[in-house]
Amino acid sequence: MIGRRVVRFADERLRLAQIVRKGMAKVFPDHWSFMLGEIALYSFLVLVLTGVYLSLFFEPSTGERLYTGSFEPLNGEMLSAAFASTVELSWDVRGGLLMRQAHHWAALIFVAAIVAHLSRIFFTGAFRKPRDINWVVGTTLLLLAVFNGFAGYSLPDDLLSGSGLRIASAIVLSVPVIGSWMQFVLFGGEFPGNDVIERLYAAHILLVPGAIALLIGVHLTILIRQKHSQFRGPGRGERNVVGSRMWPDYAFRSIALLCAVAAVVFGLGGFAQINPVWLWGPFEPSHVTTPAQPDWYVGWVEGALRLFPPVEFTVFGHLVPAPFIPGVLIPAVTFLVIYCWPWLERRFTKDAVHHHQLDRPREHPFRIAVGVWALWFYGLLLIAAADDIIAAELRIPVFDLVRLLQVAVLILPLLAAFIAYVLARALRAHPEHRLTTMRWQHLGAGLPRRRRRHASASVRRSTE
Amino acid sequence: MTGSRDRQGYGAITAAFGITALAGAGFAVVYALDAGVRLQGLTLLVAFGSLAIGFGLWSRRHMPEGMFVEEHPVTVSSPDERRALYSAVDRAHAPLITTPWPRRMLLTGLGTLGAALLFPIRSMFTGPEPNSSLSSTPWRAGALVVREDGSPVRPGDLDVDSMLTVYPEGYTHAGDTAVALVRLRPEQLALDAAALAGTVNGVVAYSKLCTHAGCPVGQFVPTTAQLMCPCHQSLFDVPDGAVPVAGPAARPLPQLPIGVDDAGMLIALDGFSEPVGPGYWTTT
Repeated sequence: MIGRRVVRFADERLRLAQIVRKGMAKVFPDHWSFMLGEIALYSFLVLVLTGVYLSLFFEPSTGERLYTGSFEPLNGEMLSAAFASTVELSWDVRGGLLMRQAHHWAALIFVAAIVAHLSRIFFTGAFRKPRDINWVVGTTLLLLAVFNGFAGYSLPDDLLSGSGLRIASAIVLSVPVIGSWMQFVLFGGEFPGNDVIERLYAAHILLVPGAIALLIGVHLTILIRQKHSQFRGPGRGERNVVGSRMWPDYAFRSIALLCAVAAVVFGLGGFAQINPVWLWGPFEPSHVTTPAQPDWYVGWVEGALRLFPPVEFTVFGHLVPAPFIPGVLIPAVTFLVIYCWPWLERRFTKDAVHHHQLDRPREHPFRIAVGVWALWFYGLLLIAAADDIIAAELRIPVFDLVRLLQVAVLILPLLAAFIAYVLARALRAHPEHRLTTMRWQHLGAGLPRRRRRHASASVRRSTE
Repeated sequence: MTGSRDRQGYGAITAAFGITALAGAGFAVVYALDAGVRLQGLTLLVAFGSLAIGFGLWSRRHMPEGMFVEEHPVTVSSPDERRALYSAVDRAHAPLITTPWPRRMLLTGLGTLGAALLFPIRSMFTGPEPNSSLSSTPWRAGALVVREDGSPVRPGDLDVDSMLTVYPEGYTHAGDTAVALVRLRPEQLALDAAALAGTVNGVVAYSKLCTHAGCPVGQFVPTTAQLMCPCHQSLFDVPDGAVPVAGPAARPLPQLPIGVDDAGMLIALDGFSEPVGPGYWTTT
């Protein structure tokens, strides 16, 4: 049998028999939420494959050249090579449009899956020691994924992404002291710059994906070294993992997930038009499209830019421009808090021991409140990024909507966090119930009482 | 859970993989016939979808699930192991500690080399240092005001309550040159004398770059004589010197003083007196 011969060939040289046997028997917990990270992994795989195909046709240059192709309205025009080649690979390269649209959809799913995965890790306390180290790796992956998505979105040199780059350049410019130098270094001069497409291309297809691939390797190596965390249950403890074996049970399920991701991505790529750059037209510095919305994963920054009041101030006679707080400070603080969360939480819980079993989300009402606050806050910012479209749809003045959202983004997340806090406490007091089976009278246990926090925390610990 | 449900259910799995083969061949046919992106997507959707269903069914119906236990190793080294590491490190470090100078000079050398290797970053842009580039535009005294197609503009070319985007001659594609030329009734303009001297018969010129994030302030609202930025909805009052009245912009659009030359064409009387576009550290 050919399989045996391969095994013998490898084993005689690398002594693999035992490692492979142990690997096959590695146990994975059976819970659907553990597959969110895999969706991200498989979207990345699809991104690499479709991206390689696109790179065969895309010309990363702002140099102008003649476009002659089957998209009539632009036929015979002088366009930047980046834009012209994007239109060509969409209209004249057979299969190109499918690959381009699948690539774009896969990117949206990639970041969404990372955020969902991060939420699962957050709400179940999987980030606690010893997995805090992998939380840091994962947060870096999210950061890189967002950056690479934006870089890729900017490559076609169309009017919409050009507007996005212009806003990005203003954000970089707003950084105190070194902002203008950073902007010139990144763009190759004053906006629009000569080299930004070429640089984004190098980052988008080589540097950042390389870093992502490397960190995925680190992420998974740490996972294998530490083994999976798991929910509590009969037969499960801090010293074991209960679930399905790697081969063949879990592998088959995971391959099924890979195929499902590919099916969804190519289905969307075929049927759901995305970013038809030929409709936006080529980038021209004095033009802009309207309405103009970025991809969802940077929408919260765009929403912050729209909602934040016109605050500019001077420091020792130097200007700190309006985009600085919403465009630099808020995102920086956001990621700083995400990075530091395992240690921040530890300061309050004084809980520095190892955890291999997960919390039920309800067991940590304050953590739930923080997570729900964040989902609402950033969700509302994302909605604010489409304020012009919403105002037009609802036929209300956009400035009224902006004022409404400015208030909403401050109040609603707090309200939602409070409700989540109360519900989590009520559920914690009635562990046999779920959200859907709870009755009104159970809610009383959730209402905060004065000066009881320490008491309830010690109760929780003793039940563990 | 359902691991021992004998031989039944293999038919569906076989069928699923059969559909994969058909749909895969379908993709090849669709490609060869150039039958369009929808059919390409559909065939791949079915091919991968049936593959997923096949693998999923196979795993669900015929493989044991959730009955395996793997023991966790202790994730922390014992104190003895760690102490052994510390002393091994100390022993290995001994020569470095007793002879400090090579180590110090090594750090100095690496630090210097590292700093020196940052210098080539300056090559990532050419020309003068950023702050002087940002604070100037190609607009000069006497620069001819032209449309995007290069044609000059007479004040009368604009209707009252209309806007035209103009550039200095020869710089229609530069990033910082676009100017919004707006014509109002002369009595509408509520500017001081110096600013009013830079207008012609109610025609006033402002930088078209939003002072918030630099988007072109492309929408003129005639009923209120306001310029609106489509990116973040900043609103500028044209008669009052383009001061921001709504949205996230904090500074007015800089005014370009304009006049007419001997041929009756619009020209710039001077450059901008302040930087155009988004703010930066040295904007005053």
